[in-house]
Amino acid sequence: MTAIPLVALVGNPNAGKSALFNALTGARQKLGNYPGVTVERKSGRLSFADGRPVELVDLPGTYSLDPTSPDEQVTRDVILGRQAGERLPDALVIVVDASNLDNHLRFALELIALGLPTVVALNMVDLATRDGLELDAESLSRELGVPVIATVAVRKRGLDLLRQALDGLLDGNVRRLRPSQPDVAFDMRRAEATRIARAAIVTETPSRRLTAAVDRVVLHPVAGLAVLLALLFVMFQAVYAWSEAPIALIEGWAAAASDAASAGLPDGIVRSFVVDGVINGVGSVVVFLPQILILFLFILMLEATGYMTRAAFMMDGLMARVGLSGRAFIPLLSSFACAVPGIMATRTISDPKDRLTTILIAPLMTCSARLPVYAVIIGAFIPARSVGPGIGLQGLVLFLLYVLGIVGALAAALLLRLTVTKGQSSGFLMEMPKYQWPRLRDVLIGLWQRAVIFLKRAGTIIFASTVILWLCLSFPKPPAGSTMSPVDYSIAGRIAGGLNVVMEPIGFNRDISLALIPAMAAREVAVSALATVYSIEAGDDEAALERSLGDRLQGRWSLPTALAFLAWFVFAPQCISTIAVTRRETNGWRWPLFMVIYLFALAYAAAGITFWTATAAGL
Amino acid sequence: MLRLHLYPLRQPGYIDRVDWSSLSPLEGQRLREFGICEGASIEALHRGGLLGRGPLACRVGRMTIAMRRSHAAAIHVRSGPDQVPQ
Repeated sequence: MTAIPLVALVGNPNAGKSALFNALTGARQKLGNYPGVTVERKSGRLSFADGRPVELVDLPGTYSLDPTSPDEQVTRDVILGRQAGERLPDALVIVVDASNLDNHLRFALELIALGLPTVVALNMVDLATRDGLELDAESLSRELGVPVIATVAVRKRGLDLLRQALDGLLDGNVRRLRPSQPDVAFDMRRAEATRIARAAIVTETPSRRLTAAVDRVVLHPVAGLAVLLALLFVMFQAVYAWSEAPIALIEGWAAAASDAASAGLPDGIVRSFVVDGVINGVGSVVVFLPQILILFLFILMLEATGYMTRAAFMMDGLMARVGLSGRAFIPLLSSFACAVPGIMATRTISDPKDRLTTILIAPLMTCSARLPVYAVIIGAFIPARSVGPGIGLQGLVLFLLYVLGIVGALAAALLLRLTVTKGQSSGFLMEMPKYQWPRLRDVLIGLWQRAVIFLKRAGTIIFASTVILWLCLSFPKPPAGSTMSPVDYSIAGRIAGGLNVVMEPIGFNRDISLALIPAMAAREVAVSALATVYSIEAGDDEAALERSLGDRLQGRWSLPTALAFLAWFVFAPQCISTIAVTRRETNGWRWPLFMVIYLFALAYAAAGITFWTATAAGL
Repeated sequence: MLRLHLYPLRQPGYIDRVDWSSLSPLEGQRLREFGICEGASIEALHRGGLLGRGPLACRVGRMTIAMRRSHAAAIHVRSGPDQVPQ
């Protein structure tokens, strides 16, 4: 049996490659990693008319086979058959942006010269037309010597023709690359690309009206900054405002499951495990899925519309002051959703020191895993009142926590750039794609992938830590007649008692110390851990069990303690996945260890200062 | 002739000369890949930063790219139309 043919999708950044990949493969996608590097491998299946399958792999966008960053290197190595864990592709689909032909054809010529069976997808022809550009695909095909298919990936136009063209290329013969000629020089290829592009242009009016008009506002030094801040503010308010109804729905389900389990299981250890450990623990985290998806929705939309690079442009001045570039802003903004993809997105930064600094500060961006923690504490301690038209106090406090993370990150970057990652700052060079409407389908695929990742986390890491914590909290049981509470008597209670000696000066109590240990796995575990602790402590007290976690916290924590807890989570590196991905990205333990130490030191100081200040202010 | 960072906004010109030696090899490569070369048409579009010290967005061919002032200072621009050899 022969392996199914492998086709690589390759092209410049912003050629619409991912949209074409989604259109060709639909939801049948597999996300993985190339061995030894953290570059994501995205592959999917497409079928020919007679049902034969083809594996399509979406390679990171690049400008040439001369890589300047780790992900561009993967693209080159796959295409040249040098990438470990990947065979030489049987064919290439080169995606070029119809409205940026001369630039994209230069890379296309470099790829065609390799001699692999190739088809060119002349993508986004609709946007080219909008911009006043008419192209002749046939003339282009004659000049390039390979089939050229006009496509509009987002409207699924040209996909059948593209499949047919691919079918014609895959004849089952073994491929061999022509020796590459890196020095057939860049300038000659560029001149050739310009000549071919001009020959293919039927009519051209110099117009990019929409993009130019929007850019006049969003890149304006004052108006643009106002737009950026307004967008971020709306994003954070939406996380609260839009999530109320779906959260209530999930809470309802969790309560129903808890009632059903309580009714159906006999009183005892099994019921305690299911209700306290599984349903209360995992349920208290899953309830934040709507907020996490809203945050990802904004980030995916900002990326898909082309606004993200404008935000990077607006931020470059500020980032330059702390020794970074606007390019670092994109991984940092992604880190608001989750630091793991954020740290992985630093691969597009070519300067090693810029990249390392960005990795080290990425965990300071308020990731979605902090939301459950912030939401519970804010919900319990900050009154839900309005402080202005459309501005709630709770949303405002959340916004301030985000700002604190950002300010902390910038200060940390500045210090790191002056000490451990000292060196000349690299510049800021970036292509700014034209604006487009995000396509619902692409956004939904992105959201679906995030939801699956989050629920898998809830089902594995969070479930396991919750169960282990439940075990440590439940055993050993205090002997009859003991005056100690079951939690104090348990293994976990005793460990937390020890840790509490260090944590008490910054206002933390035993329950917090207890929650912080399993929360090393993931921040949101702190919430499920507190839920489990108070659920076990409540024992059979029906009235206590019915109170929400927020109500229970209100009775036990002072306001300064709650605020110190919030400040702790702005800085604390409590996430195994982030530490693991940092180790992978920096090839060793040195930097993740450094990151953990400096962030814990910052967290301790921030919590302490918050607690002492709040206490002194009489809160 | 003016260097790009001083060139008036939204006035099409063409690149007369680039001081490649004042750029790092990586920056030079990326700028070439963006289509910066002697003779290409270019137009400064937006200056970022509250005091104009931020990056510069410009059109090269049909592409919009962002660069810092230090890069723009290496690009000498002459007013007039595109001069890429046909």
